Amino acid sequence: MSLESAATLAAPVSRPNAPPKMTGENVGVFYGAKQALFDVNLKIEQFNVTSLIGPSGCGKSTFLRSLNRMNDTIDGCRVTGKINLDEDDIYDPSIDVVELRARVGMVFQKPNPFPKSIYENVAYGPKIHGIARNKADLDEIVHSSLRRAGLWNEVKDRLQEPGTGLSGGQQQRLCIARAIATKPEVLLMDEPCSALDPIATAVIEELIDELRENFTIVIVTHSMQQAARVSQKTAFFHLGKLIEEGKTEDIFTNPKNKQTQDYITGRIG
Amino acid sequence: MSAGWVVAIVLAIGAVAYFFAAQRARVQRDSTDRAKEVPHSLPTYHGWLAFIFATVPALLVFLVVSSVSSGLLEGRIRTEVATHIADPAAASLSIGMVHNTSNALGQLGLSGANVPASYAALRDMATSAGISLAESGEDYMVPLAASVNADAGVHKLIGQGLTLLLALAGAAFSYSRIRLRLRARNQVERVVLWSLLAASTVAVLTTVGIILSMLGETIHFFSDVNPLTFFFGTVWDPRFAAAGSGGSEGQFGLIPLLMGTLYIALVSMLFAVPVGLMAAVYMGEYASNRVRSTVKPLLELLAGIPTIVYGIFAVVTLGPFFRDLSAALAGGFSFIQAQSVLTAGIVMGVMLIPVVSSLSDDVITAVPRAMRDGSLALGATRSETIRKVILPAALPGIVGALLLTASRAIGETMIVVLAAGVAARINFNPFEAMTTITVKIVNQLTGDLEFNSPQTLVAFALGLTLFTLTLGMNVYALYIVRKYREQYE
Amino acid sequence: MTDAALPHATVTTGASTRRDFGLKRRHAAEFRFRLYGIVAIIIGLGFLAILLVSIVGKGYTAFVQTAITVPVEFSASIIDKDNERATNPRVLVSANYPIIARNAVAKALGVSTDDKAAMREIAKFVSDGSRSMLRDIVVADPSVIGTTRNVTLLAAADIDSANKGQIDLTVPQDKRKVSDLQVGWLEQLKQEGAISTPFNWGLITFGASSRPETAGLGVALVGSLYMMAIVLLCALPIGVAASIYLEEFAKKNRFTDFIEVNINNLAAVPSIVFGLLGLAVFINFFGMPRSAPIVGGLVLTLMTLPTIIIATRAALRSVPPSIRSAALGIGASKMQMVFDHVLPLATPGILTGTIIGLARALGETAPLLLIGMVAFVADRPTTPLDPATALPVQIYMWANEAERAFVERTSGAIIVLLLFLALMNLAAILLRRRFERRW
Repeated sequence: MSLESAATLAAPVSRPNAPPKMTGENVGVFYGAKQALFDVNLKIEQFNVTSLIGPSGCGKSTFLRSLNRMNDTIDGCRVTGKINLDEDDIYDPSIDVVELRARVGMVFQKPNPFPKSIYENVAYGPKIHGIARNKADLDEIVHSSLRRAGLWNEVKDRLQEPGTGLSGGQQQRLCIARAIATKPEVLLMDEPCSALDPIATAVIEELIDELRENFTIVIVTHSMQQAARVSQKTAFFHLGKLIEEGKTEDIFTNPKNKQTQDYITGRIG
Repeated sequence: MSAGWVVAIVLAIGAVAYFFAAQRARVQRDSTDRAKEVPHSLPTYHGWLAFIFATVPALLVFLVVSSVSSGLLEGRIRTEVATHIADPAAASLSIGMVHNTSNALGQLGLSGANVPASYAALRDMATSAGISLAESGEDYMVPLAASVNADAGVHKLIGQGLTLLLALAGAAFSYSRIRLRLRARNQVERVVLWSLLAASTVAVLTTVGIILSMLGETIHFFSDVNPLTFFFGTVWDPRFAAAGSGGSEGQFGLIPLLMGTLYIALVSMLFAVPVGLMAAVYMGEYASNRVRSTVKPLLELLAGIPTIVYGIFAVVTLGPFFRDLSAALAGGFSFIQAQSVLTAGIVMGVMLIPVVSSLSDDVITAVPRAMRDGSLALGATRSETIRKVILPAALPGIVGALLLTASRAIGETMIVVLAAGVAARINFNPFEAMTTITVKIVNQLTGDLEFNSPQTLVAFALGLTLFTLTLGMNVYALYIVRKYREQYE
Repeated sequence: MTDAALPHATVTTGASTRRDFGLKRRHAAEFRFRLYGIVAIIIGLGFLAILLVSIVGKGYTAFVQTAITVPVEFSASIIDKDNERATNPRVLVSANYPIIARNAVAKALGVSTDDKAAMREIAKFVSDGSRSMLRDIVVADPSVIGTTRNVTLLAAADIDSANKGQIDLTVPQDKRKVSDLQVGWLEQLKQEGAISTPFNWGLITFGASSRPETAGLGVALVGSLYMMAIVLLCALPIGVAASIYLEEFAKKNRFTDFIEVNINNLAAVPSIVFGLLGLAVFINFFGMPRSAPIVGGLVLTLMTLPTIIIATRAALRSVPPSIRSAALGIGASKMQMVFDHVLPLATPGILTGTIIGLARALGETAPLLLIGMVAFVADRPTTPLDPATALPVQIYMWANEAERAFVERTSGAIIVLLLFLALMNLAAILLRRRFERRW
């Protein structure tokens, strides 16, 4: 396979008529009386990587965390507007937040493996969601998740060793393996490389590109280069508002909004 | 069937329900395609839900029926006895006898036509079977006890039947409800959450229990003794409640006890505060890591020694030592008594050293490092920094810590019971014995006293006084300490 | 001189003279301040040392007990003179065993059993505990009747003290508890090798007794054990459940604040108040038995609960939030997050706090006095509902006894108590060292 054909395979999968995987309509988030996010309208396309960029405190992480209701865990946090996953309103009272989070997985800024064995780390999700019917099933899920996370070759001989003993980059890939073991539809990543060195970062970025085949990915990132490298769609947030969104190449080469221009040229941030 | 058996059977039904429900959920799960319909909860949660449905309502009903039944029967005995005896004190004795009679009937297996007609006849039967019954029972008690027994039997049957029925019904109901999408996990978790909440209210219940029980007995006490003579009386002479001799009224003056309590606490604080505070300062500011890591745990050992041990130390070592020392100094006359304010105060002070030192250590380390550096950078010596910057900054916190310590000193019991003496008098010579509130609580409640006499009830009035005093100090101290911490956070 | 006082004067003299900061005085003050600190620490440690030395010095002798080994003739004429043991086994229980013991000792000493005065001295020489000792031998094996066997009898408490050198023999005979005759006998038996001082198992097995040599901590140990078990079974689950609720689930509101204030205050309520609570609620209201370990255990549970809650909450708080997000992020419910991840990680901290709470409960005396655990209990309790005493209460009771030998036993019992506490604290320290996790 030539380099060009590989490039065309990795090119944005544009399916203009496919319905979006997740949609946010007029999403607002309040922490107590303080409003952190204002009227965000964003569609997240299936099997694409959408990156959320913007200066610190712009609300990109807040928006990400409202996509799987992790904001619920913060006292006094309130979400207004509507967020749909396929046809389901995820803030509808009939939705069980636990099931939602099994469908919308999350990877955090700092690698946070459980202080248990590598195997247990990955197996925990399938166990609590009853995805595996027996031990063989579970083994298979754990192995394939580790393989997909590109960690299999490094850990296959020490699955019973603690996950906390891995290097930072490996830990983060373990966390990705853990997240995809529950077979989520959407994978949220909150600055997954910010605690890693450049080499580990490159490995994860490559991994994200591969995962796109099976998962819809939303990634919050600090680095515009990273957004440009991994994502097909980019949304720029500033001061709690969604300023501009569109194809990544358009945002970076031809931003329409002045604030976006300022940000990507480094004047705010 | 005894209550234990009922509970065991209910739990067994619950266990069976758990097993079958989990099995059914597993079968439902395995027979559906996950791609089409995702099961909501793991089979174990369905099992637990069935267990809860089978056991919780059944046991609650069992509890309610049992207590209602005993309440009803008690009421019946009470009204029946009241028709025979007017005097409430004698009636309560007779009520007890009816209970004994019904127990004896139960043990002898007598009911219906077998019940003997007279109390004396029953007593003979009981005695020959090795069951002792009071001599002075009356004949009306026997049929009453028999009918109470019969009713109790009926109640028991109803209660047990209802309980078992409910357990089975609960199990069957939850079994029939099992569906793929049933939110079994959420329901089980809600029950768990409620039990966690219930556990956290135990602390509140304890406080309520303390206040209500002591308040009740204290009000009872104040119906015999005027509160004014209690709170402002200067003579403590309770006398003993010799049975039947209602004439000898005791005097219950709080003042001598309160004075003794405060005096001994003061002496102990005078000893413990300088020592504890200086030890904390030295260890925090001067001591090398090596010294600190050995001295600190050693000083904390003092906090781990039970107070009874301090008390014994005071009685067998320090008290005699002071007595002999004073005798040697004054040429034969020992002006320090073996049990004295001084002995009790110093031993209590030793106990309080680690308390003062660890509390003030916390407070001192909360002073921001920047303040210390600022002073040292001006060229102040370390002791100047401590005395003029750190201690003033930490003062409110230290005051709070000292209040907490003082409340420990006031509430301390075993040291003063052994070392302070029992003589309730107002006296300012630290070499003589005084007594405290806690000592008198112990004195009034050990030994065989009639429970409803003022001599016993006064202990609750003393306890309530002590509780109020220490509670006030603690609440205020915790408030000060919290304010202080917030200032530096 | 007036010029020199001006500020510029010092400046103009240049760097050659140093300004006077009162350094000498200030360093002296510094030195004094440090000295106060050292003195304070010495006072604290000194008292610790004196306390331990005085207790151990007075109490270590309680762990051995003077015993007399003599040939004892189990004479049938004394034990069962009508030879009716086959039909009426009670004669073996009620036989006059003290006479057998006295005769045996008299024989060993070469004293005539007809010498009434000497026999009275001998009666005070051997412990009264020999009655039950010989009885147990005979009841267990009636075939010893009519034979002579070597039996090790306990010496009376005063003889024990004399043998341990605790009685000043220079005092005139009528002013001390041991007569010259008895001292002579003691020497004589020592020469013959009949006196031994074995480890005093009785101290930890016997129940209450008015005679020091047969008084032991057996009942108290069992009582304390029951109470510790009850505290563990009640306070640990309730405390952990309450902490989980407050730390992981409770929303910040008035009610939660109220519970918190309550717990903090309960931790500082004088222990004797819990005794009053136990008396009023458990004994008078619920009609539970007095002197029973169940009531003591419940009272100590309520007292220990705040300690366990405070320790557990600290342990839960030390589990980093990232673990919680990790669990929630893959769709664990909050309950699963707590029970699968947070609680296991907090376990070492919880156990450490629990052991420390238990140790405090074990040494607690005051509340137990009020619920009637000051009782003379000779038989070991078989259930927590039977009357019993507790280790510290037994110490208190012995401290109130006048006899010399009880002082020794009191200190011995304190040593036992302190050993238990030391073991528990050691366990807590080891647990903390072994499992402490730094994040």
